[in-house]
Amino acid sequence: MRDVAVVGFAQRQMEEFDGSPTCVELLVPLFAECYEQTGWTRQDIGFWCSGSSDYLAGRSFSFVQAVDAIGVMPPVNESHVEMDLAWAMYEAWVKIQTGEVDTALVYAFGKSSAGQLRRTLALQLDPYTMTPLWPDTVSLAGLQARAGIDAGAWDERAMAEVAQRSLTDAEDNEHALRRGGSSVEELLARPMYADPLRKHDCAPVTDGAAAIVLAAGDRAREVRERPAWITGIAHSIDPMSMGTRDLTRAPSAQRAAVAAGTAGVEVAELHAPFSHQELVLRRELGLGDDVRVNPSGGALVGNPLFSAGGIRVGEAARRIWDGTASRTLGHATSGPALQQNLVCVMDASTNGGSR
Amino acid sequence: MTKQPAAVIGIGQTHHRAKREDVSMAGLCREAIDRALEDAGMTLDDIDAIVVGKAPDLFEGVMMPELFLAESLGAAGKPLLRVHTAGSVGGSTSIVAASLVQSGVHRKVLTVAYEKQSESNAMWALSVPVPFSMPVHAGAGGYFAPHVRSYIRRSGAPEHIGAIVAAKDRTNALKNPYAHLRNPDTTVESVLASQVLWDPIRYDETCPSSDGACAMVIVDEATAASSPNPAWVHGTVMRSEATSAAERDQVNPQASRDAAAYLWKQAGITDPRREIDAAEIYVPFSWFEPMWLESLGFAESGEGWKLTESGATAMDGEIPVNSSGGVLSSNPIGASGMLRFAEAALQVRGLAGEHQIDGARRTLGHAYGGGSQFFAMWVVGSDKPSH
Amino acid sequence: MSRTLSAPVTVAFDYTRSTGPVLGRFFGGLRDGRLLAATLSDGSVVLPPPEYDPVTHRPVTDLVEVSPVGTVTSWTWVPEPVDGQPFDQPFAFVLVRFDGTTAPMLHALDVASPDEVRTGMRVRVRWAQERTGHLTDIAGVEPLAPGEAEGAFSPGDTEVDPVTGIVTPVSVDYVYAASPEESSFYRALADGRIVGQRCPECGKVYVPPRSACPADGTPTAEEVELSDTGTVTTFCVVNVPFLGQKITPPYVSAYVLLDGADIAFLHLILDIPAEEVRMGMRVKAVWKPREEWGTTIENISHFAPTGEPDADYDTYKHHL
Repeated sequence: MRDVAVVGFAQRQMEEFDGSPTCVELLVPLFAECYEQTGWTRQDIGFWCSGSSDYLAGRSFSFVQAVDAIGVMPPVNESHVEMDLAWAMYEAWVKIQTGEVDTALVYAFGKSSAGQLRRTLALQLDPYTMTPLWPDTVSLAGLQARAGIDAGAWDERAMAEVAQRSLTDAEDNEHALRRGGSSVEELLARPMYADPLRKHDCAPVTDGAAAIVLAAGDRAREVRERPAWITGIAHSIDPMSMGTRDLTRAPSAQRAAVAAGTAGVEVAELHAPFSHQELVLRRELGLGDDVRVNPSGGALVGNPLFSAGGIRVGEAARRIWDGTASRTLGHATSGPALQQNLVCVMDASTNGGSR
Repeated sequence: MTKQPAAVIGIGQTHHRAKREDVSMAGLCREAIDRALEDAGMTLDDIDAIVVGKAPDLFEGVMMPELFLAESLGAAGKPLLRVHTAGSVGGSTSIVAASLVQSGVHRKVLTVAYEKQSESNAMWALSVPVPFSMPVHAGAGGYFAPHVRSYIRRSGAPEHIGAIVAAKDRTNALKNPYAHLRNPDTTVESVLASQVLWDPIRYDETCPSSDGACAMVIVDEATAASSPNPAWVHGTVMRSEATSAAERDQVNPQASRDAAAYLWKQAGITDPRREIDAAEIYVPFSWFEPMWLESLGFAESGEGWKLTESGATAMDGEIPVNSSGGVLSSNPIGASGMLRFAEAALQVRGLAGEHQIDGARRTLGHAYGGGSQFFAMWVVGSDKPSH
Repeated sequence: MSRTLSAPVTVAFDYTRSTGPVLGRFFGGLRDGRLLAATLSDGSVVLPPPEYDPVTHRPVTDLVEVSPVGTVTSWTWVPEPVDGQPFDQPFAFVLVRFDGTTAPMLHALDVASPDEVRTGMRVRVRWAQERTGHLTDIAGVEPLAPGEAEGAFSPGDTEVDPVTGIVTPVSVDYVYAASPEESSFYRALADGRIVGQRCPECGKVYVPPRSACPADGTPTAEEVELSDTGTVTTFCVVNVPFLGQKITPPYVSAYVLLDGADIAFLHLILDIPAEEVRMGMRVKAVWKPREEWGTTIENISHFAPTGEPDADYDTYKHHL
C-alpha cells in the first residue's frame, strides 16, 4: 500500500444556510482554504470526489452544479458518491492506491434545513415495509436508546455524560452550533423530548460542507511537517432491519475497526448523532477510558449531513498536524441506527510507529 | 507504482422490460447478480466488497436504496459503496469496482447497477420545476435535442443518419435475448416515419424507459487464473466538466476528447478504428453515435456520420458499434453504462452469443451522463495487458 | 432582507412498486388480515419476511402465519408526528415481537401518553377498516386491555393470493433558495432589467450570474446590464406531453444568446410557427404586463422574432 495522508481540511457548519441547495457558494471558500493550507492550485489535484444526496436537496442531480466550484476547465478526473464525505474520501484513497494519481480533494455538502430532515430521512428506509409508516430518524434512534437502557448496556446518566462532555468541549470549537455544558444533573432535569431522548441527546439539524485533501508520499511531506498518515481505513455495513439487528451493537463498526487497527489510538472523533450511539461505538471500536473522545464536541454539537462523518476524520487529522496527538481515529456513520460505519486511523508516522 | 491487473470473470444482466412487475428492486438486482456469480463460479460468500450504482434516487423514491438492499445483495458484513454520477454511473461504478482490485485493496469485487424506472416516471423526475426559472425543460430528450441540431448544422449530416443508427441498433437487439425493445422490421424508412418528439429527434430514435440491472465480478490476477475467459482491464478513465459554461463545446465536449486520449494512451492504442474490434457506446438518442465516433477518435471531426452511413458500425462493419442493441434498445438508466462495459467484456470473452463479433480481442465500453459532461470509459481485452 | 430568494417546492409522486413473490405474499396476508412471517434457515421466524435468507442468500420460500398479538421489545415516544405517520396525535413507535416470531417488527402504538407504554407490554394488531394489501393495512397496534383474554391462536394455511404491486405516495416539501447571484438576477427582472455578471478571471459574462464561473471556480462579480434582444443559437420543438409539464406542447425551447452575454439560456419562442424557427434567428423578449411581474424569468413571457436578418453562423457557432 502507498503511504497516503490527510493534509488539508476545511469545514462550514450552520443552522440555516442562506444559499442554494447546490452549496456552490459554500464550496468556493472551502476550496480556497484547502489551497491556502497546501500551497496548491486546482491543477495540483489529481482526483476529485464528492458526497451529497438528491433527496436532501430535493432534486435530481443535485451534485452536478457543485463541480462548478472546482473550475472545471480543463476537465477533471472526478467522481461522486451518494454517501458521506468519509466514503468519498475512501474512493479517493483507493484511487491513489492504484497509482493513477498522487493527490485528491474530496468534498461534501448538504442543506438539511431545506426540508424537514427527520421526515426526509424516512425515505432511507425499506420502501415496502418501513417508509409507509414514515418512521423519523429521532424515533429510530429512540428505539435504539431504549433497547440499550432496557438491556442495561447504558442508562440515561451515561447518555447525559456524553452530552455534557460534548457541550463543554464545543466551547473551543468555532464551528459548533451548540456549546456550553452545565452539569449532568442539570441535563437530566431537562424535559424528555422523544422519550427516552432529550433534545441534547440528538444532533441539531445542521447545514454545511467540508473538504479534505489527501496526498501520497512526498506530496504529503511537502505540505506538512506532520501529515496525518492513514495507517488503516475500512468500512462495512449491517442489515437495515430494526428487528433482526441487536440494536445495542454495531457489528459493522467493529469489523471496520478491526480492519483499520485501532490499537494505540489517543484521540477518537466518533460520528454519533445521538448520545447513546457514542457509547455503542466506544465499545465496538475497542476504545478504552484513556482515549480522548470527540474533543471537537462531535456530532451532538453540529451534524451537517453528508459532511459530518468526514469532518470527524478532518478533526482527528488536525490533532496530528498540531502535535497534540500521534495516533488518532475518525469515524463516520450512515443509515438508521448506525447501520453503516467507516473507521480511518491516522498516525504521525507512516508505519504506524506511534502505536 | 502501477496498477494491479484486474479482470472481469462474471457477467449477468436481467431481461430488461418496460415494467418488471414480477420482481421487487432486490429481486431485479439479484437476477443480474446471481447470473454474474454463476458465470464466475462463485457465491456471494466469496465476495470481498460490493459497489452499487444507480441514477437519481427520485426515480424509485428511495434515498440511498443500497442501505435497505444491503442484506438482499449479500453486502451485510462487507464494505458497500454507492456511486452516482448521472447517466455515466454504470460506467463509473464499474471503474470504482475495478479500482478496488487494481489498488490491491480487494481481490474479488461484485458490482451491480440498476434502475427500476417503472416505479415512477423519468420525465417527471428529471423535470421537477425549479422556482424562478423558465419551465421549458422536457426531460433528457428535450435537453439533448438542441445539441443534436447543432451537430447536424456543424457537420452537414443528412437527415437520415439518425435513422440508420436506430434501425441498426434495433435490428442488433433481435440477437440479444436480454434486450427490452424487440421490434423486427425496423428500417430507416420506418424510423423516419415515426413521430417527431423533440424535433429533430424522432420517437424511434430515442431510448426506451426500462427496468433492469447489470452485474459483474471483477477479480485480481490470481483469481482470474482459474477463469477460462477473463476480460482484462486495459484502461479506465473518468472525466468531468461543467453542465453549462460559456462557450463550452456541447457537441464534442473537451472532457470526452480528453478522456478518450487518456484512455487510448493507457491501453497502448494509437489508431482506435483499427485496433478496437467492437465498441459499446452510450447512444440514448441515435445521433449520438456519429457524435461520439468523432469525439472518441474513430472518425475525424465532422466525419462521424459518414462512418455510420458507410455501414462501418454495423455488426459486419469495420468497427461494430452496439451489437447488443445498445441504450436505444434497453435503458435501465443507472445500469445502462454498466451494460456497455459488460457487453464490451462479453465480446472479448467470446460470450456474446448471437451478437458476438468474431475475433473481438480488444473492445471499448463507454458511458456519459448529465448534460454530456460526465464521461466514463474502459478498454478490455482477451489478453493480459503487457504494460 | 435575506440575501437569497426562496420559494416552496413539493417533490411528490405516487410510486408504483412491484413486490416480488415474498413481499407479495406478505401484503396479500395483510389484506386478508393475517401476518405471514418467514421461516429462515437458522430457524428464526421473522416478520416482515426478508426476501432473501441472510445466511444462505437464497430466496425465502417458507412463510408461516403468526399471531396478531405480541410483546413490545422497545419503544419511543413521538411528541410531534410528521406527515404520513400512522397517527396525527402523539404516539409511540414500538418494536413488537409477535407471538410465534423470533424478531420484532416496527409499527405504531396508539396510546395517549408515554406513561401508558412499557417494554414487555402486550399488544395486538388493529387492522385498518379497509385493507388493500399494503403495510398500512395494519393501522397500528393497541394495548390488550387489563384482564383481556388473549385468545388462542392457531395458524391457518399460508396459501394466499399474492399482491403484485403497491402504491406508495412520497411527498416531500422543501424550501428552494436561489443562490445570491441568481437572486440578484431575479430581483433585477422584477424591475424589468436583465443583469448578468462578469467572471473576474476569464471575463466572460454569465446570465444568470454564477456562484462560481464553471471554468475558473470564481464567483462572477461585476454586474453587466444586458439587452433583451439576442440570437437563437439552437433549439428543439417539444411535441411530447409529460407529467408535471407547465407549457402545453408543441412549443419551441431555445437557447437564446442575449447581446452582450457569453452564454445562452433556455427560453420559449412564440409568435412564429414552430417549423419556421431557425438557428441564428434574431429575437426580442416579450414581457408580460408589468403588474404581473415578480422575481422570476417568467416575467419574460417568451421571445419573438425581431424581423432582423438572421445572425451569421460564425457569430454564434462557438456557443453550440
